[in-house]
Amino acid sequence: MQVQSMFFKRTSSMKLDDPVLQRNMKHAKGKFVDLRAKAIVEIDNWEDIRTHAAALRDRTLANLDAYLVEFERNATRRGAQVHWAETAEAACDILVEIARANGVKKVTKSKSMVSEEVNLNERMEAAGIRIIETDLGEYILQLANEPPSHIVAPAVHKSKEEVADLFTVAHGRSRTVEIPELTLEARLALRDHFLTADMGISGANFVIAETGTTLTVTNEGNADMVTTVPKIHCVITGIEKVIPTLEDFATLIRLLPRSAIGQTIANYLTLTTGVKGPGDSDGPEQMHIVLVDAGRTRFVGSDMQEMLRCIRCGACMNHCPVYQNIGGHAYGWVYPGPMGSVLTPVYVGIENAGDLPNASTFCGECQVVCPVKIPLPDLMRKLRERQFDNALRPWGERMAIRAWSFAVQRPKLYAALAAVGSRVAAWMGGKDRVIHWMPGADGWTRGRDMPAPEGKTFRELYRSRPSAKGGGAAISPSLGRGQGEGQP
Amino acid sequence: MKVGLFVTCLVDLVRPRVGFATLRLLESAGCEVVVPEAQTCCGQPGYNSGAREIAKSLALKVLAEFRDCDYVVAPSGSCSGQVKRHYAGDLFRGAPEEAEFAKLAAKWYELSEFLVDVLKVRQVPGRFEGAVTYHDSCSGLRELGVKQGPRALLRQAGATVTEMAECEKCCGFGGTFSVKLGDISTRMAENKCVNIHASGARVVAGGDLGCLMNIEGRLRREGDTETRVMHFAEIIAGEA
Repeated sequence: MQVQSMFFKRTSSMKLDDPVLQRNMKHAKGKFVDLRAKAIVEIDNWEDIRTHAAALRDRTLANLDAYLVEFERNATRRGAQVHWAETAEAACDILVEIARANGVKKVTKSKSMVSEEVNLNERMEAAGIRIIETDLGEYILQLANEPPSHIVAPAVHKSKEEVADLFTVAHGRSRTVEIPELTLEARLALRDHFLTADMGISGANFVIAETGTTLTVTNEGNADMVTTVPKIHCVITGIEKVIPTLEDFATLIRLLPRSAIGQTIANYLTLTTGVKGPGDSDGPEQMHIVLVDAGRTRFVGSDMQEMLRCIRCGACMNHCPVYQNIGGHAYGWVYPGPMGSVLTPVYVGIENAGDLPNASTFCGECQVVCPVKIPLPDLMRKLRERQFDNALRPWGERMAIRAWSFAVQRPKLYAALAAVGSRVAAWMGGKDRVIHWMPGADGWTRGRDMPAPEGKTFRELYRSRPSAKGGGAAISPSLGRGQGEGQP
Repeated sequence: MKVGLFVTCLVDLVRPRVGFATLRLLESAGCEVVVPEAQTCCGQPGYNSGAREIAKSLALKVLAEFRDCDYVVAPSGSCSGQVKRHYAGDLFRGAPEEAEFAKLAAKWYELSEFLVDVLKVRQVPGRFEGAVTYHDSCSGLRELGVKQGPRALLRQAGATVTEMAECEKCCGFGGTFSVKLGDISTRMAENKCVNIHASGARVVAGGDLGCLMNIEGRLRREGDTETRVMHFAEIIAGEA
């Protein structure tokens, strides 16, 4: 997927003015937030499970290399081939090559965000291989030729009317907006593909080191069709998805569907271990597992390693007031919302990520709902530090911070500037006591007034307070000569 | 008991009356209040803009100014969150000053916390009849756990707290976010105003001036000149 994150500000403003998107987002928000809230109170030790899960993810990440090698060993033992892809291109090359070597013409694919990351569909099609998305949301988006806007509910930005229009063209049937009928149409169209595909590609929510198992969590059962029907099954996933044991999965699966959409458990947990064995009635003859780095190792050992705990539930975006108002496309790459604002700058380069680290008020909701306790605001702040240190923010903003910094460290100067500023702004406020336009703060005054100051600063008024209890004696001896005074 | 008042830069510049309300509340409860005059800002605007070194030097400045106080009180959850969570917890983590900043964090209170948990105030000086809806500011709520305190104090003053929908949802202020990504920020404020109006209360109160200015700014732009936007300190100090 092409990176468009540098246009975040402009695109997000457009999304705010898109009435269809706004309606769809409001509808989705209620669902995600309310259902999760209900689902987590069903468990009385939710917080303990979060703590345990965060620790288990940290423990795995601290020994990532060892667990990956263990996974490779066990998967290989069961007849799978493990491929290592350092880059997005390498991941595509591996899969295209497997398809070519086996004369594959048609591929069915279940949902995989990593495949979006590496541009797999584009690359497969360029190699003359037809690739069919089988997750309902992804299927809709493939018809619309759009990228997903959410990692769990990729077509959340679409209304059923928009889906009906797409289906009418694609399926050549009379238009309906009844969801069960639309779903049936998709099932019928996909059924054919499931049975005739030469190869299936799935993602993996987790891969399990002790058994060599890859695992998908779905609600539609499409992953089962993709992983078991074709003769060749390929898995594409990130190296951070490895977990040590099946028991660890039991912990994480308590968190994942509840955090994602308030489900106690997903409809299908599909565990695939190796190829079809002797006596097995079904299963693939070849199984290939492509473990992708594509930027993940940049987190390993860094001060942002916690990000790799992520289990891709989407709770951070579902609860993010920024995401809720603009949707996922504005973020300009595969991963939207707070998790995307951390992943994208590291995966595609901070210089290509524009405003993403700043696309947060640091309200903290993402961190509170994250099932593995990723301190997302702290991580975004670290990225802001990199932007600041590398002069990646606009010149005016950097100068404003420098000027502010100069003043706040010089109390006398600061007091004088504040006294003048307070008076000027009070005068600007006029009799309504609100400022309609303020130079340098257009972002504020475009949509809001600025309440005018009272006209004198607290420190001025306090100094002249008639009955100052304790009076001047209470004032610090550092009066006018603060600790920072005179420092560069 | 020597209590340092951290006025906050916004109160100093825009709403001194919130500072005086805080002063009244503390003094009427018998505190000896000191207001170090060299104080400016906790450093959060720099910290959240990625200017870590600037934030550190301001943290040291705050530490020096309030070193002699038994307690420090600020009428802001946001500045208090910066001091209590980010000085020792991040900026000086592992540094020689860490312990000193941890001490500062331990004696530092957001105003409602101090009144309720330390002073155990049972009757605030102010009287206010009528419905007030309370906006939970993000830092106070999620970094410090401030939730029931301000509501209890408002009730002591005689107010009826009428909860709005999504009272814990961010108003869109976010410091420099409000200017950098103004359109998104405005939409968030707009959503907040819808909930305020739907609550039926004609007064919205909060514990952070940034949020309050954001909310008031949007209300006024929408043509609402009636709904009063106040810091809870003003109400409970009897300045409403």
